[in-house]
Amino acid sequence: MKPPDFDYVAPTSLDDALTALRSDNDAMVLAGGQSLIPLLAFRLAWPTLLVDLARVDQLTGIVEHDDRIVIGSMTRQRQIERDAMIASRCPLLSTCLGYVGHPQIRSRGTIGGSLAHADPAAELPAVVLALDGKVRVVGSSGERTIEAADLFNGFLTTSLRHDEILVDLELPVAPPRAGSAVVEIARRPGDFALCGAVAQVEVSNSNTVVDARLALIGVGDRPVRATAVEEAMVGGASPQEAARFAAVGLHPTDDTHASADYRLHLAEVVSKRVLTKAMENAR
Amino acid sequence: MTSHDISIMVNGVRRTGSVPARLTLADYLRERLDLTATHLACEHGVCGACTVIVDGETARACLMLTVQADGSEVTTFEGMTKNGELGPIQEGLWTKHGMQCGFCTPGFAMTISELLDENPEPTRDQIVEALGGNLCRCTGYVKIIEAVEEAVAIRGGVT
Repeated sequence: MKPPDFDYVAPTSLDDALTALRSDNDAMVLAGGQSLIPLLAFRLAWPTLLVDLARVDQLTGIVEHDDRIVIGSMTRQRQIERDAMIASRCPLLSTCLGYVGHPQIRSRGTIGGSLAHADPAAELPAVVLALDGKVRVVGSSGERTIEAADLFNGFLTTSLRHDEILVDLELPVAPPRAGSAVVEIARRPGDFALCGAVAQVEVSNSNTVVDARLALIGVGDRPVRATAVEEAMVGGASPQEAARFAAVGLHPTDDTHASADYRLHLAEVVSKRVLTKAMENAR
Repeated sequence: MTSHDISIMVNGVRRTGSVPARLTLADYLRERLDLTATHLACEHGVCGACTVIVDGETARACLMLTVQADGSEVTTFEGMTKNGELGPIQEGLWTKHGMQCGFCTPGFAMTISELLDENPEPTRDQIVEALGGNLCRCTGYVKIIEAVEEAVAIRGGVT
């Protein structure tokens, strides 16, 4: 349970961090360490160099724009959770953070670290996917933007290249008549969910659904948008009716925590509950 | 094995030295500083026995490298005792028997300390939720919850 031996640098600029990352093919980026350090302790990761981003000031901070918010990748989850602007302008993000580990984890864990780690049961990737967020990354070949739909490639795998660093995350602010919610089925609060759902719905003045966004976690090797459910909601279906489409296109696997069949069942349950709650919050 | 110079304020005392990058904060506290109240059980961030306060917020000492704590202020369970007298949280844990084997107790105490700093009069539900990140395999938690309520009473001067 002790990490393997590795070297460590804590650069203060993004350029120095990129140089350090390029200098060693087995280097890894260290963000908050709340996922990486357990991997090191279990010897599932064996880097020869850790590049700690905590002292690169430009990676931390929250910036509000008219229609979007931009959050530096090294911003601690707890800082985002406590941010009043985020709570009012992107409530789905605030709500979801309450489900990420425990306060003792969120005080160190970063938003960029969670996205780059890409655990299929993690809440933050699902929120970014549901809201069509995007991340800005820089590497040796310059800067590029990755849409959420192209970011998560599979179990603990993203489309970030080895020499790239996630700089910030951009999320749209919630429309005026929107409601959001997070629902999870977990053995204990703070555990990884057996299955979970994050949703945001937007309603018109006559309370018809004009936009619905639903992402599921714990039902595959990455977070999944339940597009069939979203379409049904916009088509006028009730949360209960729409949730019947939740299992469409899902391919969960059996594991020690739950069978694939049970997860498919839960997908419908959490979809119904999360949409019902989001609709209540939208009125 | 590379060495890195560090300077960390631990319980109000400046500690400097040179550590390998892989040394966790928990092992640094226990093995280098002999502050053995910070206990290690799961060593992967699940049990909360190693909870300490880093720059004002609780953190898992097993999920931090010592090098990451360079320049930080760390408070451990030892730092809760002033002049050899028990503080309200320790007093609450003692009076209400909020422990059996005691292994998880220092971690709980640090979590309780943060809870009461942020919310001096938590409801029972808030206490239960706040303690969610610490595991105890003996008590069934009831006595620990009562200990928190006792600490609240002691702090408020109502014993």
